[in-house]
Amino acid sequence: MNAESVIFYILAFLILAFSVLTVTTKRIIRSAMFLFFTLLGTAGLYFLMGYTFLGSVQMMVYAGGIVVLFVFSILLTSSNGEKLVRLKTGKIFAAAVTCLLGAAIVLFIIITHHFTGAITDAVPSEQLISISTIGHQMLSFDKYGYVLPFEAVSVLLLACIVAGIIIARKR
Amino acid sequence: MFDFSIVTNWFDTLLRSAMPSWAAILIECVVVGLIIITLYACFAIFLIYFERKICAFFQCRLGPNRVGKWGLLQVFADVFKMLTKEIIFMKNTDRLIYVIAPVMVILSSMLTFSCIPWNKGAEILDFNVGVFFFLAASSLGIVGILLAGIGSQNKYSLIGAMRAGAQIISYELSIGMTMLAMIALTGTMQFSAIVEGQADCWNIVKGHVPAIIAFIIYMIAGNAECNRGPFDMPEAESELTAGYHTEYSGMGFGFYYLAEYLNLFICACIATTIFLGGWMPLHIGVAGFDGVMDAIPGFVWFVVKAVFVTFLLMWERWTFPRLRIDQLLNLEWKYLIPISMGNLVLMALISEFGLHF
Repeated sequence: MNAESVIFYILAFLILAFSVLTVTTKRIIRSAMFLFFTLLGTAGLYFLMGYTFLGSVQMMVYAGGIVVLFVFSILLTSSNGEKLVRLKTGKIFAAAVTCLLGAAIVLFIIITHHFTGAITDAVPSEQLISISTIGHQMLSFDKYGYVLPFEAVSVLLLACIVAGIIIARKR
Repeated sequence: MFDFSIVTNWFDTLLRSAMPSWAAILIECVVVGLIIITLYACFAIFLIYFERKICAFFQCRLGPNRVGKWGLLQVFADVFKMLTKEIIFMKNTDRLIYVIAPVMVILSSMLTFSCIPWNKGAEILDFNVGVFFFLAASSLGIVGILLAGIGSQNKYSLIGAMRAGAQIISYELSIGMTMLAMIALTGTMQFSAIVEGQADCWNIVKGHVPAIIAFIIYMIAGNAECNRGPFDMPEAESELTAGYHTEYSGMGFGFYYLAEYLNLFICACIATTIFLGGWMPLHIGVAGFDGVMDAIPGFVWFVVKAVFVTFLLMWERWTFPRLRIDQLLNLEWKYLIPISMGNLVLMALISEFGLHF
């Protein structure tokens, strides 16, 4: 067992533990905090694999952006320190069925997928994909280019901005 | 120029010859961690003393001068006072969040601190997307501030945290824009490569007009990003007692205090790296003068430049009156962002047509 796999197991344990805590805690604000740690752990996994760009995006968008959004909406909507009420049996049942279905699909994909040899060695810094390659790929319309999703996301963001302005200005 | 990687390579081979590679990596990680924490503490002590003296001189006072010669031991006395203070838990605070929030702020500050290139070969975190990682790591601190506000269960803390959130998220945009403009000039996001690219000419001279505009915007947004005056609305004591850290006492408050000063210094360090050539010495093209400048080690250059930029930031803080929260957001969204966007386009044109020096 080399150093990378030790780090991997530590990160995996942290991600699992914080994921469980996220859904089991009674206070919604703590839930947001544990989600933050889960997302940071995932960013750690990306860094371990040498995907520094993806890891930074994970930190910036999810940990720094989405969680801040969650905390803001909790701040604005719920009264402070409010504990979650127990759900009705019917709702718990429905949630359990949905979870089991989701888990079954994910497990099915994992088991039937033939993994090629896992890359456990850290990527040396010379082999990291340079930022200009990522930039060119993002805006290229060749075979593996990402210009269509990139533009689609920009249209989505524009729609969000327009909606935000419409909600904000009540005249 | 002294290359620090000789020392680190020697240490690495020494360890690897004596023990298996995982143990060597473990020991290296611990040593680097200890170095980061020590440097962090040393700079915090220096900066607090520096700020108190500078503030005093701007206000025609003498500043601390009772403890030790010129008040040099004042900061140590303050730290011991803070360490011996009781940490008070209010009845209604959310204990877990209350305890974790200051640690998260310090953590984000230390992550950004380890991105700084001190000398040739003395970078701690240095990879292909360094600048982007720096921005990502600095955006983590805001979560700590928001959680402190919501965990304290206090209306002053809550309002302070909301203001801090709105302010930091807004000003992060113009910091990102100015950095993008400079990346368009340097063509790389790796901190060491950015510094290497300034061997002949510092970026602020190389990029002339757009670089100077970017530098000014960075200095304004940097002060706002650190929650310092004239943008210290989140902790405006005349209306919010102490903002998001009202309920914190002892070292809980100490952590916020520490993070504020170190964030100021980190802001100055990044300005040094991106605009003022990092650890590169000043060259004017005269061989004798350049030789003398080369003899000064890189980290001395770096620290001197960073302290100079810190001085500029403090000058800004103690000169301008505090803005109201709506004026503060207006300044960002109606002035700084349009200017920095235009600046980015200008910089892209200049670097594309090779109009820089």
